[in-house]
Amino acid sequence: MMRFAMLAAFVVLLALLGFGLGNDPRKIPSPLIGKPMPVFDLQRVKYPDQHIKNADLLGKLTLINVWATWCVGCRQEHPLLVKIANDGKLPLYGINYKDQRPAAIEWLGQHGDPYVASGYDEQGKFGLELGVYGLPETFLVDAGGTIIFKHIGPIDETIWQEKFLPILKAKIGTQS
Amino acid sequence: MAGKIPAHTESENWNPIVKAQRTVYCYVLLTLLMLAGSFSYGEVFQERKFDNEEQAERYRALIAELRCLVCQNQNIADSNADLAKDLRDKVYELITQGQSDADIADFMVNRYGDFVLYRPPLKASTVVLWVAPFIVMIFSLGMLVRYIRIHRRSQKVRPTLSEEQRRQAAELLGPPEN
Repeated sequence: MMRFAMLAAFVVLLALLGFGLGNDPRKIPSPLIGKPMPVFDLQRVKYPDQHIKNADLLGKLTLINVWATWCVGCRQEHPLLVKIANDGKLPLYGINYKDQRPAAIEWLGQHGDPYVASGYDEQGKFGLELGVYGLPETFLVDAGGTIIFKHIGPIDETIWQEKFLPILKAKIGTQS
Repeated sequence: MAGKIPAHTESENWNPIVKAQRTVYCYVLLTLLMLAGSFSYGEVFQERKFDNEEQAERYRALIAELRCLVCQNQNIADSNADLAKDLRDKVYELITQGQSDADIADFMVNRYGDFVLYRPPLKASTVVLWVAPFIVMIFSLGMLVRYIRIHRRSQKVRPTLSEEQRRQAAELLGPPEN
């Protein structure tokens, strides 16, 4: 009886350990899922006299990508973002987080600009509203302006297929 | 006692008492060093102006209880990370705006989740986190008690030496040292 209890306890602990080790503590679940996109009104990176605001995102599913020139992961995922933008099915918006405008403009010129527009969040104040802590971070926002998904870290082909596409199919499928 | 510590290279049998003493000293020293390193008195980097001491105290307490999400083993008081500085600035801003501790905690949790608090609230999703260590400890203590009891039973018969064995032992060990 005692032996059985010990074995059971061991198995339970092992299962918990396996579950725990399988999770990456760097990927914190976002409390913003299901909440509206926080209010923002940012200058555009390329055209400082123009602004992007919440209203610009409404009416369609959008991808919001938080990026910076100093972020290595952003450089890694950028070609894929350019490809997604070229597909033309999903508009991408950027949030340029804690960066220098001239460097950002040059970076986009050099590596391509997949974004409809990028907001210039020089101090990172808007990033704080989004719960940003480790770039790159990517959000999916539905037509009503609600955050429906967040991904932390660079996006690669596998992640795109396994995490993003199912959501896009579900959402865009119902729209068209 | 003179001559208590033998020369290291000469003695074949490195005196076990001395060895034990040295081990204990090493551990005590190590522990003291670790303790010394673990005291953090708030934030080293920034001068903050508060209206009163109470606000300053609240600030120090809050930044010690908020986790730095970049360096996840540190609170934002200790962490060098950019984000930690941003969060400290935000805490300062919210305090001077008159927000309560609960408001500030809510602000952080609404953006970063429960993980940002070093003391997560007790709710359905965190009850396992809170209770599990105690359960494991009680379980382990139970096992330990049981093990000791079982072991004690088998110790009841103490081995003794016969006269012949005693004589042999005395011969092998030689006369006691003074």
